[in-house]
Amino acid sequence: MMNSIPRIPLAHWTDVAIDYLTLNYRDTTKAIAKFLETIIIGIRDFLLVVPPELIIIIVALIAWRLAGKRTALFSVIGLFFIYNIQLWQGTMHTLAMVISGVSLCILLGVPIGILAAKNKTVNSIVTPILDFMQTLPAFVYLLPAIPFFGLGVVPAVITTLIFAMPPVIRLTSLGLRQVPEELIELGKSFGATFFQMLFKIELPLARSTILAGINQCIMLSLSMVVIAAMIGAKGLGGEVWTAIQTLNMGKGFEAGIAIVILAIILDRITQNLGKTK
Amino acid sequence: MIKLEVNNLTKIYGTNTDKALQLVNKNVSNEEIRKRTKQVVGVRNASFTVDAGESFVIMGLSGSGKSTLLRCINRLIDITDGEVLIDGQDIAKVSGKKLIEIRRKKMGMVFQKFALLPNRTIVDNVAFGLEVQNISRMERYEMSLEALEMVGLKGWEDNYPDSLSGGMQQRVGIARALATDPDILLMDEPFSALDPLIRQDMQDELLELQKKLQKTIVFITHDLDEALKIGERIALMKDAEIVQIGSSEDILLSPATDYVARFVENINRSKALTASAVMVKPHTIVYPKDGPRVALHHMETHGISSVFVTDRAGKLIGIVRAEDAANLAKKGERVLDEIIETDGPVTGLDTNLSDLLEELAHTKIPIAVVDEDNVLRGTLVRGSVIAGLAGERRAIEDDE
Repeated sequence: MMNSIPRIPLAHWTDVAIDYLTLNYRDTTKAIAKFLETIIIGIRDFLLVVPPELIIIIVALIAWRLAGKRTALFSVIGLFFIYNIQLWQGTMHTLAMVISGVSLCILLGVPIGILAAKNKTVNSIVTPILDFMQTLPAFVYLLPAIPFFGLGVVPAVITTLIFAMPPVIRLTSLGLRQVPEELIELGKSFGATFFQMLFKIELPLARSTILAGINQCIMLSLSMVVIAAMIGAKGLGGEVWTAIQTLNMGKGFEAGIAIVILAIILDRITQNLGKTK
Repeated sequence: MIKLEVNNLTKIYGTNTDKALQLVNKNVSNEEIRKRTKQVVGVRNASFTVDAGESFVIMGLSGSGKSTLLRCINRLIDITDGEVLIDGQDIAKVSGKKLIEIRRKKMGMVFQKFALLPNRTIVDNVAFGLEVQNISRMERYEMSLEALEMVGLKGWEDNYPDSLSGGMQQRVGIARALATDPDILLMDEPFSALDPLIRQDMQDELLELQKKLQKTIVFITHDLDEALKIGERIALMKDAEIVQIGSSEDILLSPATDYVARFVENINRSKALTASAVMVKPHTIVYPKDGPRVALHHMETHGISSVFVTDRAGKLIGIVRAEDAANLAKKGERVLDEIIETDGPVTGLDTNLSDLLEELAHTKIPIAVVDEDNVLRGTLVRGSVIAGLAGERRAIEDDE
């Protein structure tokens, strides 16, 4: 009975679809890639031009303001250690990728989250797509990204987008839906317009939830760093990847520790963004 | 002048309201409509008018539709049928832009749980209504500080809501509604979340403010005592319908339905009743020139032990007791002048019964009720007062 139905050629269909898309939209995607690359490399080069001492001081000051003395002290020691083991360049490269990846996630994710919170139809379309994005193994979309965006940082940032954007969308939508009904009525009854409601009531009240989503997004994008190195993203992930390929366990561990330090600093700083008034 | 007029307003919750609306107009019960169409009737055929400067209370238990009715007035909830006229303009039919304009300029709302924005200071909360009208910061702060002063919160402007007590938070809510200087205040159970003592203070303060500001107030409550205190007129709602509209006394003394009667059974009547509501007409009066024998004759006829003396215009002069009149008659005097007691108990028409109970307990002669021209309008005797407190108005024989 089950065998009477012929095998569904999903793999073939996928190949055909990718071929078709590559053939017809390659120029567009390549143009986007070029544009993104300019920005990401620009951020990286900027971070590398600034003297490391200055960056350490600035990060420590930000950490002190937002997360307290302990995080500030940890940032100073951690970043100095990274500099000391000669992974500064790789760290700045990774940081540039995280900054651009997360910025894109916020730029796209927050508006989509707002639409999903406001509109049931949008929500019912977006939710299954997010489930799909979060559960589909990264390797499956890592390779198809290459024909569209080439090798290097751009496909890495695009795959980071797929992997790390869902929490921004989900938590923005959740934050907006959690605004108490009475405060929505407050806005309406005093004659607030759609955008006044959004900027004066809904977004400020959803702030800490949205920031929790952004924090998640940063952590997830850091965890993509190593995977993305496989398609030529370089940076700290590249160091790990090279070390694995040459069975250089010591080098691999150093690069891994640098990723952890970066993750802890970014996490502590962004975790506390939502708590300050 | 009529400020707000609601005509045959019906609100049905659901996606297919047409059929339910037909059933409402055929007087089918809410429960039956729910069974037949799966639509829920929120308000059915409500009609009332509120004059400019009047305090109108909508009272009912939870689920009676009172909050829905209030929200139809500023269209937080869309109306299924009927009209809501504000200064003659039907708010159900205005465009989105016009609706925003009306909400900004003509109405202020006060919420049960205060609805303060926790991320804003007190002054920025009060200024919210002005901010959405794009009034400059300087100007809106100035207006907001004025409003804060009115509610007695001067000096608190830079605090955040969570550092204020419930009563103070609701003052901020009231200041916010007043800051835009709207004609109409919509108050949705504003004092229900406060503890009883604070609640009474807030009620008193609202009445004080209202004396000065003369806003048109639509006030929602489930508390009859509160309704009687705040409302010049009260609408009582049950099962989505208004069952009675009237003054406090109408509601208490002539409940339109059993439901209203049961509702009013439990309240402290002395607070709501005024002298004029329970006084009885004096059976008889005498004039000074009538003389003791005439007075005695009147008292005997009506079986009373004292009688009020007025002039020809009905103005109260005093009271004469039977024993004094008898003594005077023995002496052969012809006029009452020397035995008229002029320092007996007197009260005004609007005095609350609760303020008179003590006097009633001690006095041996009836209390005279006079109007502002000192004309005798009635008398208070214990029997009529007790009957009033018990909820019945009856012709009561003068028992003194």
